[in-house]
Amino acid sequence: MADRLSMIVFSGTVDKLFPVAILASGAVAMEQEVDIFLTFWGLEAFRRGAPQQNMRFSKDFEDKAPAMLALMQQKQVPSWYETLRKAKELGNGKLRIHACAMTMDLMGLTKDDLDPIVDDVVGVGEFVEEAQKGKITLFI
Amino acid sequence: MELKVDRTIDARGSYCPGPLMELIRAIREARVGEVIEVLSSDSGSKRDIPKWCQKAGHELLRVVDEQGFARFIVRKAR
Repeated sequence: MADRLSMIVFSGTVDKLFPVAILASGAVAMEQEVDIFLTFWGLEAFRRGAPQQNMRFSKDFEDKAPAMLALMQQKQVPSWYETLRKAKELGNGKLRIHACAMTMDLMGLTKDDLDPIVDDVVGVGEFVEEAQKGKITLFI
Repeated sequence: MELKVDRTIDARGSYCPGPLMELIRAIREARVGEVIEVLSSDSGSKRDIPKWCQKAGHELLRVVDEQGFARFIVRKAR
């Protein structure tokens, strides 16, 4: 099987987008292919302008959110978006970000409404078919 | 023996996978045979960088522990 990491990104909160970006970076560093499929809130987080503004945190750790965000700022941790952007640059075509066609239709979005980091709009069938080529598939 | 280092990257204060990513970038820009040194205070680097060198086929010449960080000295092998 190919060295490939596939991630279905359902969540749109910063605390979950971070591991997505870091896992993607690690996989690209290890010369693996990465496919990210954005659906629901995961796609919402990639609307044009959203990555720069999103400060949402998981509800279950809401009480820790301000302290965590402050810590990240204080320690100058690059944002999840910056981390993902760098991973993509380093990956040189090995990291692809797909938007879920169904969510796009539901929200009435076109590719132009999304951040340019998103490569294309695909159906779930195509994504699953691609994911089958790899050993690791995560739902985040 | 003193190693001749062609380029040093100070990635101290950068978190996982930052130092590794910076090393990869530097290795790409380097010529075969050049020696790159990365300074990292990230604890993940201790495992990540040797693993990456093995995978990518570059030579990890030395890991030197310093106060609060480590130096990773890598030769671009291909």
